[in-house]
Amino acid sequence: MGGLQKKKYERGSATNYITRNKARKKLQLSLPDFRRLCILKGIYPHEPKHKKKVNKGSTAPRTFYLLKDIRFLLHEPIVGKFREYKVFVRKLKKAYGKTEWSSVERLKENKPAYKLDHIIKERYPSFIDALRDIDDALCMCFLFSTFARTGKCHVQTIQLCRRLTVEWMNYVIASRALKKVQLHTHPTDVDYRVMATFTEFYTTLLGFINFRLYHSLNLLYPPKLDVKAESELKEENDDDYAMNSESYLEKLSALSASLARVVSTAEEDEAELDQFPVDGEDMANMEAREKEQKQEEAQKKLFEGLKFFLNREVPRESLAFLIRCFGGEVSWDKSVCIGSTYEVKDETITHQIVDRPNIDKQYINRYYIQPQWVYDCVNAKIILPVEDYFLGVTLPPHLSPFVEEKDGDYVPPEKLKIMALQRGEKPAHEQEDEEEEEEEDEEEEEEEEEDDNEEEGDDGEEAEEKNLKKMEEQRSQVKVTAGKVKVENPARLEQEEKAEEKRLAIMMMKKKEKYLYDKIMFGKKRKVREANKLAAKRKAHDDAEKSKKKARK
Amino acid sequence: MEESSSSSTRSAAQTHKIKEKEPQKGGKKRTKAEEEEEEELFNFKSKSTEEEEEDEDLSDSEDSIFSGLEDSGSDEDDDDEELSDDGDEEGLDDGELKLEQTQQIGIETKKETEETGETEETEGGRTEKAKQEDEYVHDSSDEEDIRNTVGNVPMEWYRDFPHIGYNLDGKKIYKPIRNKDELDDFLDKMDNPDYWRTVPDKQTGSDVVLSDEQVQLVNRLQRGQFGDANFNEYEPQVEFFSRDVMLHPVTNRPADKRSFIPSLIEKEKVSKLVHAIKMGWIKPRRVEDDSRGRYYDLWANEDSSILARHKMHLPAPKIPLPGHQESYNPPTGVPRALWEQQDPCDRKLPFVPRKFSSLRQVPAFSRFIHERFERCLDLYLCPRQRKMRVNVNPEDLIPKLPKPKDLQPFPTTQSLVYRGHSGLVRSISVSPSGQWLASGSDDGSVRFWEVCSSRCLKTVQVGGAVKSVAWNPNPSVCLLAVALDSVVLILSPSLADRQVVLSSERLLSAPQEADANEGAGPVTWSETEGEELNHGIRLKIQHPKAVQQVSWHAKGDYVASVMPDHSSNLQVLIHQLSRRRSQNPFRKNKGLVQCVSFHPVRPYFFVGTQRSVRIYNLVKQEMTKKLQANSKWISQHGDHVICGSYDCRLSWFDLDLSTKPYKMLRHHKKAVRGVAYHRLYPLFASASDDGTVIVCHGTVYNDLLQNPLIVPVKVLRGHEITHDLGVLDVTFHPTQPWVFSSGADATIRLFT
Repeated sequence: MGGLQKKKYERGSATNYITRNKARKKLQLSLPDFRRLCILKGIYPHEPKHKKKVNKGSTAPRTFYLLKDIRFLLHEPIVGKFREYKVFVRKLKKAYGKTEWSSVERLKENKPAYKLDHIIKERYPSFIDALRDIDDALCMCFLFSTFARTGKCHVQTIQLCRRLTVEWMNYVIASRALKKVQLHTHPTDVDYRVMATFTEFYTTLLGFINFRLYHSLNLLYPPKLDVKAESELKEENDDDYAMNSESYLEKLSALSASLARVVSTAEEDEAELDQFPVDGEDMANMEAREKEQKQEEAQKKLFEGLKFFLNREVPRESLAFLIRCFGGEVSWDKSVCIGSTYEVKDETITHQIVDRPNIDKQYINRYYIQPQWVYDCVNAKIILPVEDYFLGVTLPPHLSPFVEEKDGDYVPPEKLKIMALQRGEKPAHEQEDEEEEEEEDEEEEEEEEEDDNEEEGDDGEEAEEKNLKKMEEQRSQVKVTAGKVKVENPARLEQEEKAEEKRLAIMMMKKKEKYLYDKIMFGKKRKVREANKLAAKRKAHDDAEKSKKKARK
Repeated sequence: MEESSSSSTRSAAQTHKIKEKEPQKGGKKRTKAEEEEEEELFNFKSKSTEEEEEDEDLSDSEDSIFSGLEDSGSDEDDDDEELSDDGDEEGLDDGELKLEQTQQIGIETKKETEETGETEETEGGRTEKAKQEDEYVHDSSDEEDIRNTVGNVPMEWYRDFPHIGYNLDGKKIYKPIRNKDELDDFLDKMDNPDYWRTVPDKQTGSDVVLSDEQVQLVNRLQRGQFGDANFNEYEPQVEFFSRDVMLHPVTNRPADKRSFIPSLIEKEKVSKLVHAIKMGWIKPRRVEDDSRGRYYDLWANEDSSILARHKMHLPAPKIPLPGHQESYNPPTGVPRALWEQQDPCDRKLPFVPRKFSSLRQVPAFSRFIHERFERCLDLYLCPRQRKMRVNVNPEDLIPKLPKPKDLQPFPTTQSLVYRGHSGLVRSISVSPSGQWLASGSDDGSVRFWEVCSSRCLKTVQVGGAVKSVAWNPNPSVCLLAVALDSVVLILSPSLADRQVVLSSERLLSAPQEADANEGAGPVTWSETEGEELNHGIRLKIQHPKAVQQVSWHAKGDYVASVMPDHSSNLQVLIHQLSRRRSQNPFRKNKGLVQCVSFHPVRPYFFVGTQRSVRIYNLVKQEMTKKLQANSKWISQHGDHVICGSYDCRLSWFDLDLSTKPYKMLRHHKKAVRGVAYHRLYPLFASASDDGTVIVCHGTVYNDLLQNPLIVPVKVLRGHEITHDLGVLDVTFHPTQPWVFSSGADATIRLFT
């Protein structure tokens, strides 16, 4: 056999991966710089299929990057900027050490800066791709916008985050794109540099997305308040101070005024799309889609015509955002925040949102409700009855809109109730329910009693038989007893047969498939068990409540 | 102050100059007199004389303006020194000193008007007498010129002299006669109303009475005001050097030479900067790039070119959305105690669902930062791998097998139970006719049963736990081999018709020839007598070690016995009944032999060890194949061997194919104790410690391309598990599709 001997680990997957340290050396970057680059460029380690092969026979734990990714990083212009920055820092330190203030100033003026536009375009070649990653970006920006301004990151970053989030919320209001909400709770050694790098990237991304979104709605991008609203605000505040950027942002973040459009159109007549029914099959689909669209439209106008007033103890931004998203009008106390549009005394207010057990001065022609009502209405897509949400009332549970129950899952009864309401069924009065239940209970009790009687009867018969047997045994040792005719249920037999067939077939499964099958079946069983458990718990809870009620009566 | 004072002096000087010019222009003899000036000005400093000259040359220049002032200043200096000396000696207080000084100045200023005239006069006096007289005519003062010429010396030097100095002519100036004593002085003070304005003149020693104007001047100066009462110090300032480009230059001064010649130092500096810029040490000031942070439509022209990277891209999984449990007001709560008991890795939720009665009680989400940080770490640090999620219907995984109904006949129900043994039944065997069943048990008995009626016809006490029983497969003889302890017994149960019994008698009694060379073998043959003979025990073959199993050859003349032993090669013995001879077929020990078996048709001998099954060809006397399977129980039928093992597995071999098992069946939950093939039907059964007998259908097709079909058809239950032992042996009926099983519960069961 001729030819050179093939060496190990010089072909195949071993050459496709590179360890992190090697990658770092190849790029000639320090670890923090490498980390920053990876974050900005969205490069992440890959888990090779055969780790030992890639690791050249070693089993040491290492992180691997794709070699192609690293090669791709080699040509990134930002790497050069990183190096420039490093040099800049060194020069600056030197200048400080020598107390050459003029050169310090000059260096600071020439501080290298980089732009991330091209990276965003490269990572998200289309707008849809960018939208896919927006959840993390939003979370991060919202987090940073809550940071204290004396903290560990730059004030500019915090301000930028705040601006972007406010812009985003304004967009959502303008487009009425909100669908679901949930309030949730769950209760640090954190490397802020990592988070800051992510934020740097996300702010740029969010800025571009906001720009595009605003333009898709014909809104001015650095968002401007509507001319009318602006003039009103100006009149109010003319004496106080000029409209500088900070206060303008605050006004925007008040979320109470609509935004200015590029082309001011008061009422956009949405041309109804012509519909082309294609096939008989598609007709059903079309109808379903149409219905869905109508529902969405209805949901968008959920709070239209309602006028809300927020008490000072409720979370203003969240509620104002929601109510405005669904077309309602909202205001709050003047001292809470800038941008309130009407006072408490306004007679046209329909709902006042209060989060305290009782309130002193109540107006007659409005509902006083707890904030959860707004959230639940949005999730249910209908105006829920306000009775359950009055002041001091124990609230019904707040359910997550993101849980989609499949068959067999446990569905909380509250959800069933809401679903019934959505279908347009009138909720039966609870009292009636209770009465019915009581009746049922009584019936059950009666049945049980009957059962008891029967059992007693059975017992009596059995006793008689035993006596007879004893007597017979006494009479003669050998006996012939009449055989019992086994009644065979053909359907049941068939079922059993089938079950056995299945069992036998399962015995013949291959090891791999058997394992998978067992796993699937285990998961299914566990689900059923959990659903049962929840249902049982719920029942126990309800029973306890009922008994409490009875005791009170 | 300085400026204003200078300006004041200037203005004063200007006025004086104007006065001065008149006589200059009046008499033009000035130029002639220039030569003598040096001699003449002995009284002044040389500097003042120069300035005097300049004064004459440039009447308009500033220097000339200061000239008069200068000489008055020089006078003042003299006076100052005098005064200070006086102060030292006489101990005058400051107030007086000042007063004196001011008086002096006052006098001087008064004199100034005359001064120039005087100098002119002196000049004139020296050169032309006539002119001097003329000047005196014009002089308004009637005082004598008693100018002292002592110069700038302290006047106390003249204290002891009668004179005080010398006049211009060199004559002594005598001190005025002062005969005033203190009393006179006092009286003078009281009487004289001008006493307060009387000042002694140091130069002449006489008293001078100041005029009203002079007193006013002194007062103004004392208040820090300008000497000239008419001077307005707050005149609007005239800016000569303003930013406006003027038509005419402010000064007439010609430009310096250095302003035309490039500076060397500057050149050096510039060249250094140029070099630094060239080398890139100094960068031009960056143009403020405000495009950063400015947004535009990045996706304006979306190119759908997808890079190869995007194909390899594995998007990070999204964070799951919050469910009911995360709600601030969840439908049901979870007890916190339970959650705390669990390990952090066992917990289903990383938090305890908590219920708040109202929204205002909900605290801030303290873990928000931490959660986001962990997400960040996941995004850039966590290795990603594409995992295919199996989304299959579990029903699809179950193989499609032919229905057991179609594969009938096979045993399905338990029809008979043979009771009678008191210990666990280790082994059973069916007679070739299918009428009788023999069983050996730990209670030391061998029982013979009629199959159809489940009656025990005969019980033979053999005096030891029976390990194995085997019915002679030859239908023309009726013999049973029984293994117990270290003995193999040959029983003749006489449960057949006379012919058969006789033929078996003949087989046992016929040959006696081998006796001669028997002594050397490890085995002793002996015939039984007495009671044992009555029970039907005909032969006793004594082995050196405990016998585990016996197995007949198909023709019924040979019987093999197994004595498992690690150390010796004497594990398997083959006995020939007709010649009463025993032989050890193997010279070497190749593992612990578990069981042996003869092929029902072909001349093959199977030896099962713990690791493998060896197949020996009895005709060629060689090993033909070695099957890789650990085995305890072997059963074969035609081309196929099945092996059961203690590790719950049943391996099915095809002798034509490889040495590896064609199929491994893991039906049993516990060790497989026995396996059996049916002679006629394509059935095999396995018995296990889990108390079940599993009957399988194994079809082999004549067409070689079609894979053999192995289908489990029935799981037979009935035996109870006692002492962790279930079914110990299984065997098929020779003709019917029935299966017998013996168990640890001391019963034998028939499934039909």
